[in-house]
Amino acid sequence: MLEDILSVIWKESKSQFRVRGSRLRFVGLIFSPFLLGTIFPISWGPDWLHQLPPLAVATITSVIIVAVMVPEAIAGERERHTLETLLASRLPDRAILVGKLLVPLAVGCGLAILANLCSVVVVNIAYWQGEFLFFSAPIALGSLALSFLMALLTAGAGVFVSLKAATAQEAAQILTFGILIPPMLLQIVPLLFRDQMTHFLDTVNGPQLLLIVLAVLVVLDVLVLLAAVTRFRRARLIAV
Amino acid sequence: MRDLAIQLDNLTRDFETVRAVDGLSLEVPAGTIFGFLGPNGAGKTTTIRLLLGLLEPSDGQARVLGYDPCTQSQEIRTRTGALLEHSGVYEHLSARDNLEFYARAYRLPTAEREARIRDLLEQMGLWERCTDQAGTWSKGMQQKLALARALLHRPSLVLLDEPTAGLDVPSAAAVREDLAELAEREGTTVFLTTHNMAEAERLCSRVAVIRHGRLVAIGSPDELRARSGGGARVEVSGRGFTEQALALLRARPEVAGVALQNSHLEIDLRHDAATAPLVSLLVGAGAEVEEVRRGKASLEDVFMTLMQEEEQDA
Repeated sequence: MLEDILSVIWKESKSQFRVRGSRLRFVGLIFSPFLLGTIFPISWGPDWLHQLPPLAVATITSVIIVAVMVPEAIAGERERHTLETLLASRLPDRAILVGKLLVPLAVGCGLAILANLCSVVVVNIAYWQGEFLFFSAPIALGSLALSFLMALLTAGAGVFVSLKAATAQEAAQILTFGILIPPMLLQIVPLLFRDQMTHFLDTVNGPQLLLIVLAVLVVLDVLVLLAAVTRFRRARLIAV
Repeated sequence: MRDLAIQLDNLTRDFETVRAVDGLSLEVPAGTIFGFLGPNGAGKTTTIRLLLGLLEPSDGQARVLGYDPCTQSQEIRTRTGALLEHSGVYEHLSARDNLEFYARAYRLPTAEREARIRDLLEQMGLWERCTDQAGTWSKGMQQKLALARALLHRPSLVLLDEPTAGLDVPSAAAVREDLAELAEREGTTVFLTTHNMAEAERLCSRVAVIRHGRLVAIGSPDELRARSGGGARVEVSGRGFTEQALALLRARPEVAGVALQNSHLEIDLRHDAATAPLVSLLVGAGAEVEEVRRGKASLEDVFMTLMQEEEQDA
């Protein structure tokens, strides 16, 4: 199984950056996180390393990269009429799926880490205090975990969207739009449940809240990925 | 008992509004090139998908290389090469990378992988441009690349879904030539769907004809000729082929069909009937005969006859 996954990863790592227009798009994609990892730390100063925004930068980076790359890997393959031949090979369904998801996840999470490391460099250069400044442990670990789990959730959702959408572009648009819905809901929920939220937030501190969020994400990831594995089966993938 | 590469028993596949494959039963002996003929929408592609385990049958059973596509499709795909409706070539990758990926997928050892890719690309005349993006190649070259990919892991069975469809005449001829050579050299069973009768006639030792998912006929091209009217055809050139002369011909028991085009008369015979009495009959009826040629009916004619019979039966 591992060898099969590595074969798919080999192909995906070559394919993702060679499809027409993908290099330009990718340059644009990696430019944004580095911009975020430069502008905001300069305006926040050393506080940047101990507040929540780095979590947001890492998460947005990984999620957007995955939201663009997963549709390319799945819907793009179908759009270019290469999926059926791939399914006719000996590669197991799961190896194909895992290989196709791992490359976007690795690129997304890798760029999220780089964006945050960029912000560390920027803060240290702009606000040098005689010693090297780094994220507090909850922020460092939290941004790693949150960006990975959110990227995984996006990847799982991307499988379903990619299998429904007619083209990779349509799938990426739907997925990107879908990513905007949870933040919008998060703005509405406190208005509807203000008292309960205030009471709940009084009883937990920041790290505890982060752990709760991560735990919920782990459960969601498992559910979405299980559903994606179930859906990504040859007999259900061939268009009639 | 001879080895069978494919064995279908009442194989059926229903979709929401249509029965694509309807009680198909046939056997494909190992080591042969088997033609699966039928018009568009006959169920050829669905049958290939069923053989590969990409679709599940609604009813019936299949054995491919001794394995059940429903429960052992992985075993089948490991031993099978496929060139499907679309070539499946990654156009943004080089030809070499296309083969490299599938060689990895089929777990060819690194050293063998290199040699095998070079060998196949050289045989197909593609080696010189193996680092070009496959998307810059002509359709014929891409189809050859897809054929090389199907044969890469030395499969016991190759399933080809209209491998020359959409190609120009020289490209189609080149693909056919490569296919025949490779199949002979590698001893592979080839299951070939096509609606190109000349292609089937040239390549296949056995053919099956399907329509609306049902088997219409199966056998060697000669057996099918015999079944659909005797197989022999007499072509007569000359003048004065009157309606009266044609009616006399049609009345003969050994004549299966008569067609007149300009000054060219085609007479399809039942079994191995003699030609001389028919020529005498024509001369006696006032025709001026200049040339008589005896040959076989083309598979295309046999196919059309079978289709007409099937339509009448329906």
